[in-house]
Amino acid sequence: MCLGIPAKVIEINESGIGKVDYLGTKVKANLSLLEDVKIGDWVILHAGFAISQMNEEEAQETLQILREYASHLKE
Amino acid sequence: MKEFRDKSIIRGLLTEIDKISARLKSPIKIMEVCGTHTMTIHRFGLKKLLQDAGVEMLSGPGCPVCITPNDFHEAAIESVTSRTDFILTTFGDMTRVPTKKGSIQTTVPAKGSRVQIVYSPEESLEVARNSPEKDVVFFGVGFETTVPAIAISITDAYEEGLKNYSVLTALWMIPPPLRAIVQAENIAVQGFLYPGHVSAIIGEKPYRFIARQFGIPGSIAGFEPGDILLAILSILKQIEDDKPTVANEYARVVRPEGNLQAQAVIEEILETKDAHWRGLGSIPRSGLRPKKQFAAFDAEVKYDLRIKAGSEDLPGCRCGEVLQGKASPPECPLFAKTCNPESPYGPCMVSFEGACLAYYKYARR
Repeated sequence: MCLGIPAKVIEINESGIGKVDYLGTKVKANLSLLEDVKIGDWVILHAGFAISQMNEEEAQETLQILREYASHLKE
Repeated sequence: MKEFRDKSIIRGLLTEIDKISARLKSPIKIMEVCGTHTMTIHRFGLKKLLQDAGVEMLSGPGCPVCITPNDFHEAAIESVTSRTDFILTTFGDMTRVPTKKGSIQTTVPAKGSRVQIVYSPEESLEVARNSPEKDVVFFGVGFETTVPAIAISITDAYEEGLKNYSVLTALWMIPPPLRAIVQAENIAVQGFLYPGHVSAIIGEKPYRFIARQFGIPGSIAGFEPGDILLAILSILKQIEDDKPTVANEYARVVRPEGNLQAQAVIEEILETKDAHWRGLGSIPRSGLRPKKQFAAFDAEVKYDLRIKAGSEDLPGCRCGEVLQGKASPPECPLFAKTCNPESPYGPCMVSFEGACLAYYKYARR
């Protein structure tokens, strides 16, 4: 039950409910478990709730590490 | 983000894994705890590729449909067949688990009653709001990823005074069965792949005892092939350096402290309880239930369901052993014969995250 999908926040209402876009499908999401969510943030959606915000910096770092493994082979 | 599936990157990672495992005594046995990891590992062919690189992956107990004993299903079935004007809402895969009373999917509801499949606890609340004349029970099953959402549906119902709504909770925590597994003598797990989204909720701390008390390395992992291989690499390095810890290879989603707001919600609404797991037996303080002030929304209390511990699987089903990493699905005599996705004999073949279903779909080419 770890199935969580990355989705982009497109709407935020006062009650903590918002809308996210998952590959073009717009769904309602409860954002109350997160602080400082902004429109345009990427979140992980699970059972109708955004459970985590994606950290852009960390994502870039991981991508960089991964890319090194490709170049590694070509040596 | 395509790097996570890029073939040359995957090959590079596997080459590195192979190098390290060759220096250690292979095969290195690593347990992936989470059913979604099991599925990803199978789906992308990683199981065989890792085997060739000296790493043997064992599946663990992180499949909530698999570890929920049949008593819960039987109580749910009993309710919807004997009570009128009763709606049982549930996640889809729970409905196909076979029990001595049949499955939820095949029950014949009483007059005015029905079973309705939902994708979220919020949907169940909507059903209750739209049908005030019916009793609505949500069969809320999950690990810590799903627990906050289920807990919030209870407080929402409480605050709205939605008296016709209650939750039959089958809520489980990941760290306690891991303790049971490392304390058992006969499984030589050398490292753990920790579940990415459970960890997004609970953080790193709950796993630390595994490294500190038992000296077993582990890494939190995301769900792309690249994520899984990075985490396995981290585990191998921990073994080689003899520096067991809880590494976080999913830092873009998991904060070391987890989601504090979600933890506060769990703390406020639920309390721990001793629970009986399919396959692993009774584990102290391994389950969660609503606190007494929410008893009116706890279906077990509201309907006096008396769910007893110690459910029995159907005879011959070896799902319990599969969940502990003691048997692999093909070792079960029923696998792919009596037990298959069209007519599953046990929950490990039913669940979207079940080890037996993963094997059947991907490892039998």
